[in-house]
Amino acid sequence: PVIATLSSFIFFSFQQRIEIHKLRQGDNLILGFSIGGGIDQDPTQNPFSEDKTDKGIYVTRVTEGGPAEVAGLQIGDKIMQVNGWDMTMVTHDQARKRLTKRNEEVVRLLVTRQSLQKAVQQSMMS
Amino acid sequence: MSTAMDTESTYSGYSHYSGHSKKAHRQGRDRHKSPRSKDGSRSEKSVTIQTPPAEPLLGNDASRPEEGQDDNWGETTTAITGTSEHSISQEDIARISKDLEDSVGLDCKRYLGLTVAAVLGLLVFLTPIAFILLPQILWRDDLEPCGTVCEGLFISVAFKLLILLIGTWALFFRQPKADIPRVFVFRALLLVLIFLFVFSYWLFYGVRILDSKDTNYQGIVQYAVSLVDALLFIHYLAIVLLELRQLQPMFTVKVVRSTDGESRYYSLGHLSIQRAALVVLENYYRDFTVYNPALLTASKSRAAKHMAGLKVYNVDGPGNNASGQSRAMIAAAARRRDSSHNELYYEEADHERRVKKRRARLVVAVEEAFTHIKRLQSEEQQKAPGEMMDPREAAQAIFPSMARALQKYLRTTRQQQYHSMESILQHLSFCITNNMTPKAFLERYLNPGPTLQYDKDRWFSKQWTLVSEEAVTSGLQDGIVFVLKCLDFSLVVNVKKIPFIKLSEEFIDPKSHKFVLRLQSETSV
Repeated sequence: PVIATLSSFIFFSFQQRIEIHKLRQGDNLILGFSIGGGIDQDPTQNPFSEDKTDKGIYVTRVTEGGPAEVAGLQIGDKIMQVNGWDMTMVTHDQARKRLTKRNEEVVRLLVTRQSLQKAVQQSMMS
Repeated sequence: MSTAMDTESTYSGYSHYSGHSKKAHRQGRDRHKSPRSKDGSRSEKSVTIQTPPAEPLLGNDASRPEEGQDDNWGETTTAITGTSEHSISQEDIARISKDLEDSVGLDCKRYLGLTVAAVLGLLVFLTPIAFILLPQILWRDDLEPCGTVCEGLFISVAFKLLILLIGTWALFFRQPKADIPRVFVFRALLLVLIFLFVFSYWLFYGVRILDSKDTNYQGIVQYAVSLVDALLFIHYLAIVLLELRQLQPMFTVKVVRSTDGESRYYSLGHLSIQRAALVVLENYYRDFTVYNPALLTASKSRAAKHMAGLKVYNVDGPGNNASGQSRAMIAAAARRRDSSHNELYYEEADHERRVKKRRARLVVAVEEAFTHIKRLQSEEQQKAPGEMMDPREAAQAIFPSMARALQKYLRTTRQQQYHSMESILQHLSFCITNNMTPKAFLERYLNPGPTLQYDKDRWFSKQWTLVSEEAVTSGLQDGIVFVLKCLDFSLVVNVKKIPFIKLSEEFIDPKSHKFVLRLQSETSV
């Protein structure tokens, strides 16, 4: 079930809580999306960020039909928290580790999305 | 047949063409104006020959414009326009008379200046010697004896005078290379300074020493030595003022030729306007391509065509609104859809193609001609005495095979009057003597060179006039414009100051060059 609660309605960004249930594929638990960014990466090459000095973690790809897409994660989202852990000031590898902990089956993300339009569409669709 | 007012006078291909239109033009004008209108004031070489009958005109003369008969002028009259090789036009006569009177006036001025300077120089040079010798001559017996000190001073005076003589010769005794309109300010200043200086020394000498018959000979000799020292310092001042001050570049001047827009930039120091003009002219002869009036005919004919088709009729009654008429003409010309730009484009493309073709033919012909000649080594020279030719004969032998191609090329690029057959032969023998390749021989003909390269008769620019709003002896300032005019064209000179450059220093530690990788990884989770 998708919990689409509008916790805070900021004009330029839209924060959303997304709960993803990991899918078991063989020995791995996959979430079905790719991340980019991190404090050790080059922020100017991030196509999704509005501010090119933003070193946060962004969703760069969402596999079709995967758990992330089902949960409502979209490409271009910035991940602010994972299960309560802050993701705005982490390295790329730390972010990857936080998302792929083997003993967790559900990850709860706090994401920010830029456009208001997208948020309205989202709320209309769900 | 175009109605162009094409009035150039290259006799090779254009004389019949320009004669035709010239006659038409003349007829039109003569209907309205009185005869004997002298149009020698126009600066183009388009003067028709209307000189008074006393002047001898050689070659085929123009028949004078007869006001009465208009009908058969096309068939019965021949006309030469401008100048051909054999006639003297009004311009030439004006030029000759101007040359005569100017040369007399300027020579006087120049020689006057030279004599004044020479007399002063001689006086100055002899003064220390006079200072030393006069007491000996006049009151030898009263003088205190002065031994080695004086002799030492004599030697130093002699050598200093020698140095002064050599320095003055090096600095001042040079061939004057130009006649400038106004007096050279710094030189005049220096002459005045020297004169005052020497005058004051003589005054002191006359009053204190001659009148009182001073017996201290050593003092007198030391006085003479001090004069020579001071003269050496004045010489140093002369070097700084006349030579060194203008070496450091302070201004950049842009020189544009008025007829075809060719421009160059030069760097100058602190000079007066007339000296700057001299520098510009010296560089003009070396840097600018030669002025070729034959190249300007195309743009003139285009300009004539633009306004030739429109006539203004005043329908509303009398009232000569001249400015209104001209404005109407300009507006109509702007609105008219004319395709002269098209013509220009195709004409230029065609001309370029023709030139390139002729050039290719020429290069091939010359290369082939050069293969017929071989230089004999000195051992071989004894073996075949009969067939040997000197460079001139060798040139004459191979010239016919390339003559036609060269002539055609020169005609296409309109350079034919700059190169006579004799000059081409001379150049060819020069190239053969110096082992030049065909390309080196052709370099002179393929590109129009600077004015110095050509014969003085074809220069079109020997007498120059400086036109300036500021006084010509004042120094250069930023923004000054002056014009150097000669009979056929002018050079517009624009002076700009070299900007004040602020240069600062930055030190970079060689160890501070460090780099980092720019990563952008993407991980799927």
